[in-house]
Amino acid sequence: MILKRLLDWLAGYWPEWAAYVVVGLVGIMVLIAFFLTMIMVVIWLERKLIGRFQVRWGPNRAGPWGILQPIADAIKVLTKEDIVPDRADKWVHLLAPVVAFVPPLLIFAVIPFQPDAILADLNIGILYVVAVGSIAVVGAFMAGWGSSNKYSLISAMRVAAQMVSYEVPLVLSIIGVILVVGSLSMMDIVNRQSLPFFLMQPLGFLVFFLAAAAEVNRSPFDLLEAESEIIAGYHVEYSGMKFALFYLGEYGHALAASALVTALFLGGGKFPWGALPPSFIWFLAKMVLVFCVLFWIRSTLPRLRVDQFTGFAWKFLFPMSLINIFLVGTELWWAKEMGWSLFPWPFLFLNWAIAGMLVLVWPKLFQLGVGRVEV
Amino acid sequence: MALRTESILVNMGPHHPSTHGVFRMRFIFDGEVIVDMEPVFGYLHRGIEKLAEGRTYAQNIPFTDRLDYLSSMTNNLAYVLAVEKLAGIPVPERAEYLRVIMSELMRICNHLLAVGFLLNELGAFFTPLMYMFREREKVLDLFEMVCGQRLTYNYMRLGGVSHDIPPEFLPAAKKFVREMPGRIDEYERLLSENEILLFRTKGVGILPREQAINASASGPVLRASGVRWDIRRADPYSIYDRLDFDIPTGEVGDTYDRYMVRIKEMRQSTRILEQALEQLPGGSVCTRVPQLVRPPAGEAYGHIEAPKGELGFYLVSDGSVAPYRFKIRSPSFINLTALRDMVRGWKLADAVVIFGSIDIVLGEVDR
Repeated sequence: MILKRLLDWLAGYWPEWAAYVVVGLVGIMVLIAFFLTMIMVVIWLERKLIGRFQVRWGPNRAGPWGILQPIADAIKVLTKEDIVPDRADKWVHLLAPVVAFVPPLLIFAVIPFQPDAILADLNIGILYVVAVGSIAVVGAFMAGWGSSNKYSLISAMRVAAQMVSYEVPLVLSIIGVILVVGSLSMMDIVNRQSLPFFLMQPLGFLVFFLAAAAEVNRSPFDLLEAESEIIAGYHVEYSGMKFALFYLGEYGHALAASALVTALFLGGGKFPWGALPPSFIWFLAKMVLVFCVLFWIRSTLPRLRVDQFTGFAWKFLFPMSLINIFLVGTELWWAKEMGWSLFPWPFLFLNWAIAGMLVLVWPKLFQLGVGRVEV
Repeated sequence: MALRTESILVNMGPHHPSTHGVFRMRFIFDGEVIVDMEPVFGYLHRGIEKLAEGRTYAQNIPFTDRLDYLSSMTNNLAYVLAVEKLAGIPVPERAEYLRVIMSELMRICNHLLAVGFLLNELGAFFTPLMYMFREREKVLDLFEMVCGQRLTYNYMRLGGVSHDIPPEFLPAAKKFVREMPGRIDEYERLLSENEILLFRTKGVGILPREQAINASASGPVLRASGVRWDIRRADPYSIYDRLDFDIPTGEVGDTYDRYMVRIKEMRQSTRILEQALEQLPGGSVCTRVPQLVRPPAGEAYGHIEAPKGELGFYLVSDGSVAPYRFKIRSPSFINLTALRDMVRGWKLADAVVIFGSIDIVLGEVDR
């Protein structure tokens, strides 16, 4: 790892602590630069792809294929006036974009792009991700509350409902992975996937993917900023660079979620037939692919209503994640009893069969809210 | 422990992306549940009814374009029918056919927008809407061929239409009619059976049959509630009695029915267009009418099945060149009557969708 070598080289001249700080800062800078570039790329890609989904061209004026569009957008938001509502809670209003923007950046610290390209291979990596990831929601809540706007307030209430509902299945679906790996380190999780986990645990993958989509407010779970209902939701009172921070944070979070899906379920940087090119390229390719699926869903599906949204989490995703844990646990125990290597092939088919059956049958067992309340 | 809660008052509109213009709804929410709703309008009031009393009968045609600006052709038609009834002006057969062709194209165009915006309000991020704009664009091209305009056509005249169709119109229109059923299938494949769409629209915002009649709703809103009432059949005007088409109705009158009725009506409109384009006779397109029509003193009510419902013009003449009274019965405005009862008890997200499924245009509500 280059940073490690830099650290050793600097330590030869400087005191150790100074070298450590400098190297850490360099790593962070590299990561931030990478993060922002990636966001620009996916914003361009999303606009272009959604344009094509909607039988139109998408951005095509700024640069070839509109590739400079994100830069034009950045210049635009930077030159806009920053407006703070008169009645807003100034500090909360000011801090909210920062709180929303930083967590996805923090998540990227533990994303294992390549065995030697991970900023910090924490031994509690996945726990850290879950903990940090849920802070972004606080940013949205602060914005919703601090703007003193009723639409923002409704959005903030939805944020609370969403956080309570979707964190649970999200975390529970990760447990299936952790059970198999036996470690919380992101690097170990990737290394253990001789077969990507989405093949092994289709149910866990499904729950994680949906819960992650809800966590990062992608359609059909984009109730927080439901344009047709509450206009922009929590960031309706933001303009200029503060708005841009929300925007970047949202995309960054979605990007982090797709990176997590890649690392946890798609085998990270592993290529099915040996490691041909550098594995971070594979990682990025898988990540962008997952992101494209999110665009695809976004441009197709209508949005759920708030009671259906929470109902879906508690009535479908939550039991599914529990069943997944039970299934994986039983199989692990059984394999151990029989002295097999972990997850032999037959279990793969069994898991797919169970997952398919559950997905078909379970929704018939409950009703999402359709009712009218008597007032 | 019971927490003390407080209901909040939220103004939705007049500038809100889902209020189809400058409509305003004052909601009282208990959490997300709508306790009460009060519609507020008048932001687009231009006093067209009064203005029209100072202008001659022919000069009033462009005013009608500006009522429901998404279906100007049918507005023209309703007005000229009323004046023709009042003054007894005959209309050549070719003009009648052209009027029907334009009205049905307009209906397709209007329903495309109604359905597209409804899906957009459901959260289907512009994709269905963009598909529908693609087809709407073709209809607008057709209108541009016949009258040179794409929004306010001013095409109908007292006793006919302003221009005969150019030679390129018929092939283009026939091509459109051939393509359209496939396009409608495409929209339906995209979302009609979608689980989320069903959850969001089935049983939501029910307008029961009796209430729909009491509110004197009309058009797709009424038909979705299961009432087979279509002025094209109930009181045939122009040449609709010669054409073969069905009147689609819904069963329960929920948002889904209103959506499906519009989709089915587009199919019926293509059927009508097919026949009308086939039977289109030759001849003149306008009777010679004096510049200043002086209808005998009296009154007349001309009404048609506009895309949004019954559009009627009630005219009173005192024998002069201008109408003494010019009253518009606009479907958008009257269909809104039942809105409060439809949205109460539903959630914020439903209100937007129920409102969208009524399909109004503010130009017509406020006049």
